[in-house]
Amino acid sequence: MDTHMPTDKDTFFIAGKPFQSRFLLGTGKFKNKQEMQATIRNSGAQIVTVALRRIDMETHQENILEYIPEDITLLTNTSGARNAKEAIRIAHLARESGYGDWIKIEVINDSKYLLPDNAETLEATRVLAQEGFIVLPYISADLYVARALVDAGAATVMPLGSLIGSNQGLKTKAFLKILIEEIDIPVIVDAGIGLPSQAAAAMEMGADAVLVNTAVATAQHPEIVAQAFAWATQAGRLAYLSRLRHPQDAAEASSPLTGFLYEQPASSANDQKGSVTTDNDQ
Amino acid sequence: MKIIVNGKEKTVADRISLDQLIASVCENPEYVIAEVNEDIVKSHLWGKTPLKDKDTIELVTFVGGG
Repeated sequence: MDTHMPTDKDTFFIAGKPFQSRFLLGTGKFKNKQEMQATIRNSGAQIVTVALRRIDMETHQENILEYIPEDITLLTNTSGARNAKEAIRIAHLARESGYGDWIKIEVINDSKYLLPDNAETLEATRVLAQEGFIVLPYISADLYVARALVDAGAATVMPLGSLIGSNQGLKTKAFLKILIEEIDIPVIVDAGIGLPSQAAAAMEMGADAVLVNTAVATAQHPEIVAQAFAWATQAGRLAYLSRLRHPQDAAEASSPLTGFLYEQPASSANDQKGSVTTDNDQ
Repeated sequence: MKIIVNGKEKTVADRISLDQLIASVCENPEYVIAEVNEDIVKSHLWGKTPLKDKDTIELVTFVGGG
């Protein structure tokens, strides 16, 4: 756990590469590429996810990469892969493009819940990490799988907050806390974050970063909420670094307890010795 | 001859090369990644890759995603 004082340089490292922003943005579901471009800018995100699909041979559109600044780290997901073998194939295709070898492993074999297959994800991570890819696996927050992913050479773990696209928030909070406590590589909460306050909550718990797509892209004003998410992520991070006190059961006055103008009531019924009936009373 | 491109059957000239196929279906090959019969073909080799009857070609590129 990090114990040094917070400074301006709260740099975030993935595979040795430094980042200032702890907010990662997904590029799916935007109304158009121009809106996506403005949103990336306003979010301050330095890492964005993209997917690989068959080219559209009917309509000739500009490629999405034309709208993503060159200094952004591109994180290609393996969406569409139903098993490790398919994820590995997609990763190879992504690497062939020359746009980097950062891969978000996303292995999903259920269309209703879009839950990741942790076992296949682990297998794909083992192979791809060995081949020199920077692997960021998307998983359900399972401690054993996360430990195995660390051993397999993953650069981070990315446990889900709730179902992809659901905006349900941090439903898996208790299990995210376990990973944050026990896993030494960065923990990036990915999927289901629906509000900036939820991004803040994840960071307050000690998450290293958050990844948001749907909540931003489907907002009426993505370019505006992008800023909210950026600030919320920073706010949560500063709150975590400042080591706020835990909740207390009883009240504790904020103003001084001496020099009152008026006599103060006793603090609770247990202090009023004369008023409680006991067996010794006549 | 008949080849399969992105899952769809396509009739093409008998002596077409991969770069010619790509140029015919795509305006900007810069972002395209190509597989022939499940093997990735590096872009500098597209011009030297003749296609055969029944070849299966996948042409993929980047799109928005989470």
